[in-house]
Amino acid sequence: MEPTPSHPHPSIRTYLMVGAVLTVITAVEISVFYITALARYLAPMLIVLSAAKFSLVVMFFMHLRFDNRIFRWLFAGPLALTIGVVLALIALFLTGH
Amino acid sequence: MIAEIHAGAHALPTSTGLDHRKMGFWAFLGSECMFFGSLIATYMVYKGKSPSGPQPHEILNIPLTSISTFVLLMSSLLMVLALAAVQRGDRLGAKLWLFGTPFFGSIFLAFQVYEFTTFVHEGLTLQVNLFGGTFFVLTGFHGAHVSVGVVWLLSLWVMALRNRLTPVDATIVEIAGLYWHFVDIVWIVIFTFVYLLQ
Repeated sequence: MEPTPSHPHPSIRTYLMVGAVLTVITAVEISVFYITALARYLAPMLIVLSAAKFSLVVMFFMHLRFDNRIFRWLFAGPLALTIGVVLALIALFLTGH
Repeated sequence: MIAEIHAGAHALPTSTGLDHRKMGFWAFLGSECMFFGSLIATYMVYKGKSPSGPQPHEILNIPLTSISTFVLLMSSLLMVLALAAVQRGDRLGAKLWLFGTPFFGSIFLAFQVYEFTTFVHEGLTLQVNLFGGTFFVLTGFHGAHVSVGVVWLLSLWVMALRNRLTPVDATIVEIAGLYWHFVDIVWIVIFTFVYLLQ
């Protein structure tokens, strides 16, 4: 017999709400890009908005919020390593070493 | 039937009690994080270091890419609707959403083909400068992943058309969904760091 998740997945209504929020965040990202007055804060704002979209998809669409915590660690571990490697490489090249 | 499956979820004959295919796939996605992380880091490191054009701000088409980004996001929504339909035994819903997801993925790929051909006509190629090389490798590998996902989902759609997808098979749809959502989250990062943060 095939297994299914140990916790119930979100309802259709939740999925639709997450889809709507993702659409709104994308619209905000694009708006922020075109507002010249916000140019100074563009990078932090876009990074926060992007992280919010990333988290919503991972938690609700990929069900990591509801699934077994082993799956969470299997993904979060390499993701943290990836972020560390990316930041280290950028820092290395920015300082010219 | 669904209740029986849920009841059996804790009785898997594996050391963790979890589905080994799902476990393996999450480990694979972890390795994919490293893969795309290295490509994104390479793009970021060489950003602004091309002595000659075309430069990102001269060539990237934000309105067009915004539409393709929205299409890919909506395909992720259709994917979870497909999984939910398979889990509750809704055959019509499964057929509809399992077609809609790769269809939206194909639209995204069409946008990418249009973008690539336009860029080549405007003088941006793999060899012309560092931006061209890192941009095409990063977005090209992402596009290749989307293409694999489209073929995978279409094969599930054919299974649904033949009424061979039942709630018992939900895990294989869930794993395909994990892959599809992963290419979506990679694009979320690419859209921000390549297109919007020029």
